[in-house]
Order: sequence, then C-alpha cells, then structure tokens
Amino acid sequence: MVKALNDGLRQALTDDPKVLLMGEDIGRLGGVFRVTDGLRKDFGDLRVVDTPLGEAGIVGAAIGLAMRGYRPVCELQFDGFVYPAANQIITQLAKLRHRSAGRISLPVVIRIPYGGGIGSIEHHSESPETYFAHTAGLKVVTCSTPHDAFHMIQQAVADDDPVVFLEPKRHYWTKGEIDPSSPQPLDRAVVRPEGTDVTVIAYGPTVPVALEAAEVAAEEGRSVEVVDLRSLSPWDTTTVRASVHRTGRAVVVHEAAHSHGFGAEVAARLQDEEFHFLEAPVVRVTGYDTPYPPSRLESDWLPGVDRILNAIDRSLSY
Amino acid sequence: MAPTETAPPETAPSDPPIQLLDRSGKLSTDDRLPLDLATVDLATLHRDMTLTRRLDTEAIALQRQGELGLWPSLRGQEAAQVGAAHALRRQDMVFPTYREHGVAWCRGLDPVALLGLFRGTTLGGWDPYAHHFNLYTLVIGAQTLHAVGYAMGLHRDDSTGTGDPDRDTAVLAFLGDGALSEGETNEAFVWAAAQNLPVVFFCQNNQWAISAPYSVQSRIPAAQRAAGYGFPGIRVDGNDVLACLAATRQALHRARSGGGPTLIEAVTYRLNAHTTADDATRYRPAAETEDWAARDPLERLEAHLRSTGAVTDDHFTDLEQRERDLAEQLRAGCRELAEPDPASPFEHTYAQIPADLRQQLREHLEFVSTGPQDGERQ
Repeated sequence: MVKALNDGLRQALTDDPKVLLMGEDIGRLGGVFRVTDGLRKDFGDLRVVDTPLGEAGIVGAAIGLAMRGYRPVCELQFDGFVYPAANQIITQLAKLRHRSAGRISLPVVIRIPYGGGIGSIEHHSESPETYFAHTAGLKVVTCSTPHDAFHMIQQAVADDDPVVFLEPKRHYWTKGEIDPSSPQPLDRAVVRPEGTDVTVIAYGPTVPVALEAAEVAAEEGRSVEVVDLRSLSPWDTTTVRASVHRTGRAVVVHEAAHSHGFGAEVAARLQDEEFHFLEAPVVRVTGYDTPYPPSRLESDWLPGVDRILNAIDRSLSY
Repeated sequence: MAPTETAPPETAPSDPPIQLLDRSGKLSTDDRLPLDLATVDLATLHRDMTLTRRLDTEAIALQRQGELGLWPSLRGQEAAQVGAAHALRRQDMVFPTYREHGVAWCRGLDPVALLGLFRGTTLGGWDPYAHHFNLYTLVIGAQTLHAVGYAMGLHRDDSTGTGDPDRDTAVLAFLGDGALSEGETNEAFVWAAAQNLPVVFFCQNNQWAISAPYSVQSRIPAAQRAAGYGFPGIRVDGNDVLACLAATRQALHRARSGGGPTLIEAVTYRLNAHTTADDATRYRPAAETEDWAARDPLERLEAHLRSTGAVTDDHFTDLEQRERDLAEQLRAGCRELAEPDPASPFEHTYAQIPADLRQQLREHLEFVSTGPQDGERQ
C-alpha cells in the first residue's frame, strides 16, 4: 500500500503543477513510513517540503497556500499528533468555504497514518476519524487496499474540498493488484464479498479483519456480505441500506472507541431508514471506551476475527 | 496554606518606540526610520483616519440601538491601521484579525460590508480576493499561519525579488499583543524565518487582551522577540501614523525584495473596551485611559496639519460632510443588509452538496416555509 500511495502522489504531482506535499520528514527521509520516498528528488524541495516541526503550522500554512491557488497535501506523521493541528482543521480549514459564502475553496488533503496493531508506543495507534467526520466542511475517507490507496489519494487531491485521508498503517505493507482503470467515486462504499445472511460494515484497518471473519463464517455455512465504507463523510448510506435491506442484519466494526463512534451513526441511520427490514439490532464491534492500551494488550483490545464472529452469531440469534 | 501572591514581573526596560510625529503634532526625523515626506499624502492619511473613527463611532451606536450584536472598537488605533494600510500595494495580501476596520476602509471595502458579521447576516461579508483583504479571523493568531502559507505561495510563484513593482508582492498579517502568546503565532514566526518568507507581522500592541495587561503576555517588548526567531523587529509609536507608515513601507519593501519577514510592534492603546459587550472599568484605571487619550493619533495629525497649513480649511469642512455622508450610509446600509438565505449554510459547506445534506436542506426549507402549525407546536 505504501507503494500505491507513493505512485498515486507521484501521479498527482505530475498531473498538476499546483500540487505540493508538505510535512515532517517527508522530503529527505521520504516519510517515517516512506510514503513519499523519492518524490523530493524528482520534484524538488519546493514541491515536497520538509516542514518545521509544528502540526498547526503545516495545516495553517496549507490554508494560505490553497488561498494562493495551490493544492497542498499535508502529512501528519501519526494519528496521535493531529491534535495540535485540530484548531486549524476545525476552526479554519473546515469553515472557510462557508464563512466566505463559497468564495474561498481549500483543496487541502491531510494524510494521517492511523489505527493500531503495530506494537507501537502511545499516540501512535489512535483512530481519530469521528472528530473529523463530525466536523461539517471536511470530507473523511480511508482506504483498505493498495488499489483504493492509489486511486483515492489522487481523487482526494483533485477534490475541491478539504479531505482528511486516513491511511491504515498496519496495512501499509499489504500487497495487492492495482487496476489503473475506472476507480469508484471517492464517496462510494464498495461491497467486497457479497452475502445474504448478514452485512458487516467496516472501513480502513478493519476491512481485512472483516473479510477474514467472513471467510471463517463461510466455512460455517454463513453468507456474510462485507461493505467497505471507504468514505465516512459523506458516507454512502445508499449502498449500506441496500445491503442491510437484503440481509436484515448489520454488524459495524471499527477500532475507535465504542460510545459516540461511527458505528452509532450507522446504527442510528439503519434503525431510522430500514426499521421495518431489520431482523436484529445493529451490533457494534469496536475498541473500548478507554485510551488506547499498551501494545501488549492491543491484540485482544482491537476488534478481531473472533469478536466479529461473535457479533455475527449474536445478530443471527434474533 | 494559601499560595503567596507574587508581584507581577517587571517588564524589561526598553528604548521608547520610534516616533516621527509627537503628541503635539511636531515632526522629527529618526535615522532608523527614514521617511521622504514628499511621498506622503498627509491629507489622505488624515481623511482615512477620520472616516475610520467615524465608522467605528457609528457602528458602536448601531450596536447600542440593537442593530448589531457586537462591535469591536478600534478607537485609538487609527494611526497604526491607516499608516500600515497606506504602505500596501494593490497586489499585497492582508490577513486581518477582527478589529482592522481601518485597514478594510483603506483597502476599499464597502464599509457596510464590515457590519454584516456583527449583525449576524453573514460570517464573512466580502470577497477576500477582490480587495486582497482576507475575511476577519476570530480565533486569535490563526491568521498568522495563513499569511505564512500565502507567502510560501508567493515565493513559489516568483512574486518576490523580480524588481517589477507590479509583480513583487508581500503579505501583511495583523495580530494583537494577546496573539503573541499563542502557539500558532510562534509557529508562524518560525516558518517565516526559516523560509525567509515575504511576510510582515504587524502587531498592534494595544496594551490589553480583554482584561489581561501586556505584562501577562510578555516581559519584553514584542519587537525584541523577532531577534530570537532571526528576523528584524521594530518598535514604533502606534499612535504616530507617519512612524507606522514608514515602518510598514520599509518592511514590505524588504519582503517584496526577497529580504524576508519583519515584526513591527506598534505601541498603541485600545481606548474603548474590548468589544461593546465588555466593561473595561472592571480591570483598568480611568487615569490610564485618560493618559492615552491625550496621545490621540488623530488629534496630533490634525494639530500638525493646522499648525503647518499643509491643508486648507476646505479639507476640514469637506471632511465633515464626508463624515455625515458615511454615517448616513452606515445607518441606512446596516438596516438594508439582506437577511441570509436559510439555504446558504447548506450550499456553502462543500463545493457540491452531498446527497444526505441535500435531504437535510429539503427538510429544513420545508420546515422554514411552513412555519409553526397553529395548535400543534409552540
């Protein structure tokens, strides 16, 4: 996936001279995850910018660059380091189009490696997606495959709205084919395997986990449909509703904490709009309402295959 | 035990701010800040300061009458703002806070447009690109980083150091003394210095951040901080329009030429409360305000104009008429500001309205157009 993102960014830099990348350690080093490896050498230090160490500065300066006609792609090094930039993201980046009655357009992408499962230290495993999904004016997307990573990063760069682009860091080294033709629209969910008994709704790092659970369930004779949301704001209620409309059962999976998480939004919408077609309550499989634990606890703390299978059982028990 | 109350720290001694026009209206020169008076239109400076003050006075009156929800007065800061603004070229970009009504005036904004934000008809009110004057920023210090980013763009556009006066461009970012304590302002200074960006930070040190005196923010004059970042800082009398003009001209010239950033500290005073919602008598002595009122920026320029005969009596009588016209324009214009369309928040949140938001818009418009049903809901 790192290579897919790198290729996607390279393509974006090639296609539009106004695109530039900025972040800590992204130039000489190529980023701590090497997502921008080699790009400074090929596009120069005015387009692949090693910034001072200051996250508010990265996003604040990106706003000014966008006002001057540029399309900045910011890298915030880790999920837990986005908060110093939260003021710029929430009070300025998200709101300037609205404040200016549409006169100011800020095509800024904020890339954030996110999620757990890599055995790391504190602040390096968080899932901040709903802070941003709850902020009007931002788009929030996340990829789960190299194919999507390649296309979605280019679509995010081409988008005229600010996009928070969440990269599931534990799948950075996942391999996969890229079909260069006809990507899905950025805001569209994708049904990964189709199924008939229950719908598992996942995004980003939990999609491969959900797919594995679906395979195990299949061995037990259960047909599980997995919907990869891809975009959390806006989110594709049409695809999710159509799936649940058929299966009558929904399980939502995310690493972020349980309460007030994205699963609550999915559950609320399904009970509101598919009430008469639901055979069971919407079940959530999530992180817990605690800070992210020490890494030696994370494998059980994170939603894994067994917890998803338990949730499928519970849904099917109604 | 209760903690021992410590005395507030002494502010480090410093040289007086550079002054070219003293409080009696007498001109002087200063080698640190050369100004060719042949290039200065004193009458226009006086006109703009006078009309800016009138604009401010009328807005306060409109707030008192209930036409505005709030107004942040600039009274006392006319020299700083008009002086700085007169140093701008058309293409230079300004990033204001929320009190730069005098700069807005000089940038040619319709003064009525300044009222919309405070009347609640808009969150902005003007085209930032048409006037090269960004929207007001209410979050303290946030705009300093936008200025830095814009300056990074200028650098990449080859819009500095070409020698072409129509091409070379700089950014003028306004901030107050309170903003000096914000982390984002610190980041802006770091970025501007490290990249030698064409940006001028113009700090109106008006002594008070709502109720916090300058000693809460700093033990040294703001201008001295610049050295720590690695660019020049200059401290001028902010009630002296000529010193403010000269310092900003010098700094913008350096920025446009590729010489990098400058921090200007204009030492001035907020003669009114923070906003019309604030009560300054709760935290500062009347004697202090009276002392600063005696250094009024408009009075000293007027004294200079009258004593030197630099303008005729017609200037003053014409100006009185313009003030009356402006007052009338503001009173009528404020009441005529269009009510916002209930659809507008939905239309401008994203470039295109997402499907779910369009549905919310439909429901909201239906609710708005139907209104409350008799007997059903209060």
